[in-house]
Amino acid sequence: MAIKDYIRERFFPHLWCPGCGHGIVLNALLRAVERMGLKKNDIVMVSGIGCSSRISGYVDFHTLHTLHGRALAFATGVKLGHPELNILVPMGDGDALAIGGNHFIHAARRNIDLTAIVMNNRIYGMTGGQYSPLSGYGMLATTAPYQNIDHDFDVVALSTAAGASFVARSTTYHVQQLTDILEKAINHKGFSVVEVLSQCPTYFGRKNRLGSATDMMDQFKETTTPIGSKAKEKDPTLIERGVFVEKDIPEYCAEYDKVIERAMKKGA
Amino acid sequence: MAKPKLKEHHIHRDWCKGCGICVHYCPKSVLELDENDKVCAVRPEDCICCRLCEYRCPDLAIEIETE
Repeated sequence: MAIKDYIRERFFPHLWCPGCGHGIVLNALLRAVERMGLKKNDIVMVSGIGCSSRISGYVDFHTLHTLHGRALAFATGVKLGHPELNILVPMGDGDALAIGGNHFIHAARRNIDLTAIVMNNRIYGMTGGQYSPLSGYGMLATTAPYQNIDHDFDVVALSTAAGASFVARSTTYHVQQLTDILEKAINHKGFSVVEVLSQCPTYFGRKNRLGSATDMMDQFKETTTPIGSKAKEKDPTLIERGVFVEKDIPEYCAEYDKVIERAMKKGA
Repeated sequence: MAKPKLKEHHIHRDWCKGCGICVHYCPKSVLELDENDKVCAVRPEDCICCRLCEYRCPDLAIEIETE
């Protein structure tokens, strides 16, 4: 199948701004799904609210567009009901880690087999450029005209500490790596987190004078490095990308089946 | 493996928003934005079919067809 077979063409062109990184995430995700040869009927995409969450409208899978921050809660329900399906949960940085912060850490702790994709553009784009928990110290936003004094989360460290069994990071510049990582994440049995650094030229870029979409993508190239590279030793400010965690630990749905089995034995 | 040979650039003009990502990352300067800020392949003979434009297009508006 071509990637166009996986989209709802009637909703294109999509609503994202020119140069928005979220379209590149959609592009890479479709390529990963195509390469894996997954059937559209075997995929459920569950999203919350925000620019990023509009992605669920454009893919021709089973889709749920749910409450702000609560995509993982809905996805948990879908997965427990139908453990055989592949569940993709794309979220924005604010959606995943501010409004949905608790759902995020507890889904990670349970190790339920979901693929959480954090499309990190460091801003709330849809509502006008308010700072998010990933904007970072010293950055500018509509609601931080004199610089943001909040420090940001490290999504990789947070997910790892919360117990996610697959944690990775890539960017919209590194599309081939991003597609490979998404494929690994979907294949992984357990809670997978993929953080994708994505550009918002309309708000984050403009407020912080970072230039055009391509300028911002070039900055992803310059400010990131593969995990454990020599460049990182020389310049510790570089952001590492790649697969940080990939471990085989008991998955929630499989464990739940065992609970049912134990309960049935006792009742018999 | 034989080098892929270009058949055609399929460009979805209605979907293209003129962000210029494909133009910027084309290693052979094959693409340009026209007067309506839509991408067009002005030097298709130089295309090496690396598909970097296709992979990075946020609007799924460009596709490389090879022979």
